[in-house]
Amino acid sequence: MVSRESFVNLSDEVFERVGVDPEFSEHLDKPSLTYWADVWRRFKQNKLAIFGLVLMVSILVMIFVGPLISGKNYKYMDSSVKNLRPNSEYWFGTDDMGRDIFTRVCYGGRISILIGFLCTIVMFVIGSTLGALAGLKGGWVDNLIMRFAEVIGNLPYLIIVVILTMVMGRSIFAIVLAMSITSWVGTCRMVRGQILQLKELDYIEAATALGADTARVIFKHLLPNALGIIMVDITMSIPGFIFGEAFLSYVGLGVRPPETSWGALASAGQQQLMFHPHVLFFPCLMIVLTTLAFHLVGDGLAEALDPKLRK
Amino acid sequence: MKNNILLEVRNLHISFSTYAGTVQAVRGVDFSLNVGETLAIVGESGCGKTVTVKSIVRLLPQDVAKIHGDNVGITLDGEDLLSLEEVEMSRVRGKRIAMIFQDPMTSLNPTMKIGDQIGEVLLIHKNVSKKEARLQALELLQMVNIPNAEQRIDQYPFEFSGGMLQRVMIATAIACDPEILIADEPTTALDVTIQAQIIELIKNLQRERDMGVILVTHDLGVVASMADRIHVMYAGQIVERGTADEIFYSPKHPYTLALLKSVPKLTEDKQEPLYSLIGTPPDLINPPHGCSFAPRCEFAMKICRIAEPSPTLFGGYHESCCWLHHPKANKSGVPEILLREVV
Amino acid sequence: MTDRETLLEVRNLKKHFKIGRKSIVKAVDDVSFDVFRGETFGLVGESGCGKTTCGKTILGLHKPTGGEVIYDGMDVHALDSDRKKDFTKIAQIVFQDPYSSLDPRMTVGDIIGEGMDIHHLCKDKGEREERVFDLLQTVGLNREHINRFPHEFSGGQRQRIGIARALAVEPEFIVCDEPISALDVSIQAQIVNLLMQLQREKQLTYLFITHNLAMIKYISDRVGVMYLGNLVELAGSKQLYEMPYHPYTQGLLSSVPVPDPRIERRKETAPLRGEIPTSINPPPGCRFASRCDYAREVCYEVMPPLIEIEDEHFVACHLMASP
Repeated sequence: MVSRESFVNLSDEVFERVGVDPEFSEHLDKPSLTYWADVWRRFKQNKLAIFGLVLMVSILVMIFVGPLISGKNYKYMDSSVKNLRPNSEYWFGTDDMGRDIFTRVCYGGRISILIGFLCTIVMFVIGSTLGALAGLKGGWVDNLIMRFAEVIGNLPYLIIVVILTMVMGRSIFAIVLAMSITSWVGTCRMVRGQILQLKELDYIEAATALGADTARVIFKHLLPNALGIIMVDITMSIPGFIFGEAFLSYVGLGVRPPETSWGALASAGQQQLMFHPHVLFFPCLMIVLTTLAFHLVGDGLAEALDPKLRK
Repeated sequence: MKNNILLEVRNLHISFSTYAGTVQAVRGVDFSLNVGETLAIVGESGCGKTVTVKSIVRLLPQDVAKIHGDNVGITLDGEDLLSLEEVEMSRVRGKRIAMIFQDPMTSLNPTMKIGDQIGEVLLIHKNVSKKEARLQALELLQMVNIPNAEQRIDQYPFEFSGGMLQRVMIATAIACDPEILIADEPTTALDVTIQAQIIELIKNLQRERDMGVILVTHDLGVVASMADRIHVMYAGQIVERGTADEIFYSPKHPYTLALLKSVPKLTEDKQEPLYSLIGTPPDLINPPHGCSFAPRCEFAMKICRIAEPSPTLFGGYHESCCWLHHPKANKSGVPEILLREVV
Repeated sequence: MTDRETLLEVRNLKKHFKIGRKSIVKAVDDVSFDVFRGETFGLVGESGCGKTTCGKTILGLHKPTGGEVIYDGMDVHALDSDRKKDFTKIAQIVFQDPYSSLDPRMTVGDIIGEGMDIHHLCKDKGEREERVFDLLQTVGLNREHINRFPHEFSGGQRQRIGIARALAVEPEFIVCDEPISALDVSIQAQIVNLLMQLQREKQLTYLFITHNLAMIKYISDRVGVMYLGNLVELAGSKQLYEMPYHPYTQGLLSSVPVPDPRIERRKETAPLRGEIPTSINPPPGCRFASRCDYAREVCYEVMPPLIEIEDEHFVACHLMASP
């Protein structure tokens, strides 16, 4: 700051009237951030979440690119290299039939993650449609859907899976169907709650006052605003389904050989735990890392989306 | 009254670190509060008035808020509050300086009975038994005019209306006979008829107890009905200070004048168009050069955008920071009231 | 005042909400008034008096429990869905909370353009953009704001976006639901001046809802005072402030602190005592009786009707009916 004394000799010129500065008055100083850019900014600050994201991408790259680099075929059996320890030729070693475990883990991962994604998509579509409908319409529609959800939610999951795989055979389709049939209930409840909350906000009423129909209100206003929470739910669900599939395969209800998945690989490896632990170790490691990655990303997203942490 | 200085705030700067940069919320605020007077800090949201009073009782989040400034000081009766340990501060807070907030609902614990919440303050600060605390709590509730206090004392906050809760807050605040009551927008959340009751209550309590009151508000009506002296804040600085009459009847800063002219008066009949300031207060991450009000000021001169004006004294306590009072200032078109010599 | 034309008739409007099995909130209970074309009708009252519910029911955003709303000859609540959509082009609303009334995921351009999209007012994207620019200018914002998101704006700026959204469909009637309550003093003047200027330019009719008595006196031609779902007094704004008849109106007016210390120091009237009761299962009789200094037996038993005691000055009070 300049001291007062130095102002005594100010020239007349500086006292020229300039008036209001129109540039300044409506000027926005902060850089423009879209909602998702803002979420990404907060997500980036979370080191664990970034670690999860990197891990997730690495796993995906590995399972899709891995077999190309290793140059092995996941079905090819070479009786001369049974049960090898990890080495420079076979990075994760070989199994009791002389197959390359690294390549098999990659292929199995594709199936596991595919099932995870498929189940989540089915869950999301059914759950959010029914949930949105229940939340928006209210009254008897709401009652009907929620009672239906309660009935489905109380079905014994394992028995359904066993029956379905028996009837439809052990195909990926059957597994996805079996796991999705009960899973949408949680999503439905969550979406309904979100919609009920959003419905009360003025901008929904403003849209109605502008003459918007129900479809417009749902797709233009409600869903985009509920998307954040739904995304967290999706990220957190995928590892659950991967785990579920692994469990089914482990107990022998999963994919049929020669197709494989992490669960099937672990199941096979378990028989050789005593002498060749690496056969079990690698598929299990992948399951753990994948679950961890998705959970970290999900947590990070949830935190980034929480309006209480917004500034 | 002049020599009875109770609380003094010197060259207070407060900044907050956010992702977008450092927000300079308060930029060099000085004021003092005398015994038994009501000092109002008036300003719009974001001008730093709440931050200023919260810093007095050290209620700012310590991880992001930083108090600084050359020779900065907050002294209560000669004791520097800024250098106190947290333990010592907690003895000042609630006991010597009490605070009430805009939203009484969120300042009370919803799972505790009203009587216990008032009693808690007494148990902490005064050496009383539980029974004694309850008795005093009851007395306090009666003092703030809560009907059926004997039954109300065992009720929970949700059973009270907003106005009643504000009464409870006031009862809690005066429980330990504080020397200073800080009221941060005490009536903003209330209806007009209830607001009138609360203003009346605070005025009466102040008179009875000779408390110093710091009133933070944006409502000029409330200020007119309560304040002895007024500080007008804009963009983290005090732009004008004076007694209530000086500020209302001979404002010396264009912002003060704009504020006064932008509210319609119930008592006036034919009203001229409301004065409307264009634009919004500046972003305090990047405060403008010179006078922070200059970009919105229709009388702004070149100098206003270059250098900060220093205060001009108009006798007594009345002070305004504006270049218009410089002898060489371009005074054409400036309302006469801003320039008039005070008698 | 002779050639005025009734634009909106509210007849015995009732809106009750059921909460739980036995409790009924009588948010709006038998309210009648007219709004003339081109005027600003002010509806004033404290929280819970039903003024907002009243405004929203008039627009058809709530279904009324009883009574009717006639706008320009048509019964608002008996329209089929196409005509209802047409009505939204005629009658618009500006909300109180500039934060929750704008969709956070939409750009300013899309928020303002939504009404035009719904009513297909623009031939192509270019025309839509032009019109959005015009509206932004009308409310004092810049062209470059079109791609910004609501959270980047201040409260006053957001409120102006909300006004632009309502103006986009070129309505003739706007319900202003506490449009200034959430704003700072200097910004309030901005918004009020803007609304008044728009009214002159576009011949708009306003139903202006607020609890700010000084502002409603300033902006309105006529004022209705509501208390707990009832209209207790209705008069030209000058008449009402000079000569309030209803004890509640009197108490309300004397409670407002005036920004003038000398007047405040002289003020001697005691504030209105008591709390505002809830509107859940209200007792019969005058709703204000519990706080009224002049209440007599009849006040607790019979609801006073709204009667004209002077030219264009209506009061619902037993004291006025039989002095």
